[in-house]
Amino acid sequence: METVEITQTVDAKGLACPMPIVRTAQAMKVVESGAHVEVLATDPGSTKDFVAWCRSTGNELVDQSTDGAVFRFVIRRK
Amino acid sequence: MSATVLERPADPIEPIPAPMADVPADPQVKPKDILIINYSGDLEKVWATMILASTSAAMGVKTRVFVTFWGLQVFVRDDRRITGENWMQKMMSAMQRPGVSHRKLSKMDFFGMGPWMMRKLAARYHVASPKELLEAAQEMGVEFIPCQMTMDMFGLKRSDMIDGMSEPAGAATVIGLMTEDSVPLFI
Repeated sequence: METVEITQTVDAKGLACPMPIVRTAQAMKVVESGAHVEVLATDPGSTKDFVAWCRSTGNELVDQSTDGAVFRFVIRRK
Repeated sequence: MSATVLERPADPIEPIPAPMADVPADPQVKPKDILIINYSGDLEKVWATMILASTSAAMGVKTRVFVTFWGLQVFVRDDRRITGENWMQKMMSAMQRPGVSHRKLSKMDFFGMGPWMMRKLAARYHVASPKELLEAAQEMGVEFIPCQMTMDMFGLKRSDMIDGMSEPAGAATVIGLMTEDSVPLFI
């Protein structure tokens, strides 16, 4: 994957559902359209929740990866 | 927020794809609004209301919560102890302390032992409290609409309720929203 410039990182490590989504939605409001937001989470449910959230909100899930117990999502704001 | 990572036992189950992940989203489909009727004041149901309301708002869905009957007690300020005008209303509030932070469980309450354990478990597993979720929901524009009739019956004034609530309304508002564009949830 090509490297993208991350405008903001949401550290949702340790937070349980639905806070990773809530914090991400709040972070999305303050970045420009087209900006990339990186989310770090440890809630295993987040791998499905971020797919659903991006689907509903129209934001693009650009990349999804796992590093040990940490899930990383890169989302481009629509 | 400290980044404490929970230790989970190894899970040998193969992951399955997220629901609908392979179905392309249709930009023509307008998401419906969500209308939650918060009827109960029980801790576990209030938690469900707050989780769904905050998530729904986070997903960009217009979200309203109609607050009625026992649910109204949840939206009384945490520091109010006795509410009401007459002795019956005052006694009702004395028997069940109002406020989002003073909810009881519908089962296994055991004089507060159950909720105490729930709070302990929630903290251990980093689950946000109903109060935190309520604040997040309000921040994201969830409308909380108190029921005028129940407010009168319990003798609750606007000044007893938390800040940021909408104007009180009634059953016609609820039915109106239900028959228009809202997905209703009765909790």
